[in-house]
Order: sequence, then C-alpha cells, then structure tokens
Amino acid sequence: MNTLTRETRESDRSQAEQFITPPASVTEISDGYMLEIEMPGVKKDGLEMSVENNELTIIGRLSLPAVEGTLMHRESRPENFRRAFEIDPSIDASKISAKIDQGLVTLTLPKAEHVKPRKITVS
Amino acid sequence: MKLIRYQVPNSTPWPALDRWSNLRDELNSFFNTPFSSGFGRTAQLFTGWSPALDLYESGDHFVAVVELPGMRKDVIDISLHDGTLTISGERKRESNNNGETAQRTERYVGTFRRSIALPTRVDPSKVVASYEDGILKVTLPKAEEAKPKQIQVS
Repeated sequence: MNTLTRETRESDRSQAEQFITPPASVTEISDGYMLEIEMPGVKKDGLEMSVENNELTIIGRLSLPAVEGTLMHRESRPENFRRAFEIDPSIDASKISAKIDQGLVTLTLPKAEHVKPRKITVS
Repeated sequence: MKLIRYQVPNSTPWPALDRWSNLRDELNSFFNTPFSSGFGRTAQLFTGWSPALDLYESGDHFVAVVELPGMRKDVIDISLHDGTLTISGERKRESNNNGETAQRTERYVGTFRRSIALPTRVDPSKVVASYEDGILKVTLPKAEEAKPKQIQVS
C-alpha cells in the first residue's frame, strides 16, 4: 500500500505555472483511504480533481476576499495549490468522493469491491 | 583602568569571529533552501504551527488575514491587549478510532498562537472577525486619536 503516497514533485517544477504544495495527511480507514489537504482560500468551485494513469491530481485555485488597504506585512503566498498522488491499484477511481470545508479538502478513496476481504460461507 | 581583559591563552583570540562564521553558514543554508519547499516546514520545526498572517492598513483600519484551514469557528480565540493582537486556538485530531492507520501526517495538530503588534491604537469595541474558506479575517478600526485628520488652514 506504499505506492499511494508516492508524489510527483518533479513534474511540479517543470510547469510554467507556480503552485504551492499544500500539507496533506493520508489515513487508511476500514474500506479505503482518507486524504486531507489544506487549501485555505479555496472555494468549492476552485477545486479541480482528476485521475489519469493512476495519478490523482488535486488543484485548488484561490479566491481570496478583496481587502482594502495597503499590505504592510505578508506571509501568505498568492499562488494556487497543487498536489498529486499515485493511487493504489486497489482503489476504485470511479468512486472517489471529495468535499471542502473551511479550506480543508477531504477525499475518500474506497477500495474496489474485488479487493475487500470477504467471508465465504461453506455450503 | 584595565583595557585588556584576561584571556585564556589557548582559546582563539577572537571567539566572536567563529560565531560570525557560523551565523554566515546558517544564513547561507537558509537562503539556499528553496523558498517554496522548505520555508514553512522549517519554521514549523521550531515553533509548532505558525499560520501565515498578512496585515493590511488603510486610513481608518487594519485588517489581519490568517490562514487557518480546517478549524471550527468556536475554537479560534482572538484577543487584543496593549495594542497587540493575538490569535490562538487548537486543532484537535478529528478521529482516533481503531482501524485507522495514519500513513502520512503533514497537517499540524495542536495549539497555535500568533501575535502581532499593531502600529497604532485600535478601538477594541469595534473589532470584527469572519472565518470563511479557512481564512480568518479580523478588521480592527483605528482609535479616533490615531485616525488621520485633515486640518483646515484658517
């Protein structure tokens, strides 16, 4: 199950658009995985997710509230978020679901039916 | 009056120089690390969770914008004391049930505290805060005496 978290950081660099790699946590739950990614300032419609060649890519585009006044001190970076994960073959990519709440993206990656442990009754 | 202090004979005559060279190395390694990958995490190593804070100023108010993804509104604590704005809170591990195995934990769990000294006085009774999309926005109107004033030439 260690292939799930292999990242594709190299491909991030070569792209023309600059992205921030947001912190993420991966938890194995009873019937799959749960992925949590921090994307503060991203709304539901700024979220783009795709699965291609077993690679799950999550892009979050910022929609920051306009603040009037001059910036005196800055620690945040006004760049969009991007994170990619190689997903385990046991995951059913068609059943991945996602939600975003207060800038925290939570993805549920269920395992495919055929890999779930199953009890066989003796007939 | 003694101008030259006693020195241990075997020690370097200028111990301060050694310290400077260490500092220089530290600074060099700091600037060599790519800003995008290491900065936030290095800062977290020493201080725990230190959410990014931006401060804006306009004629009659300040606005502090803090990145706090995935918090609940009621655990964010904002206080104002002697012209210092402090934002603190705690993020708890959401579930710790059996059958769950953390495979990778990059998200910080625990308490945080950020303080920022405001350049001028603000009116504590008029401070308002909102929390949306993981961004906390605190608007602090300046106190009457700190607002810019137009003076008419009579």
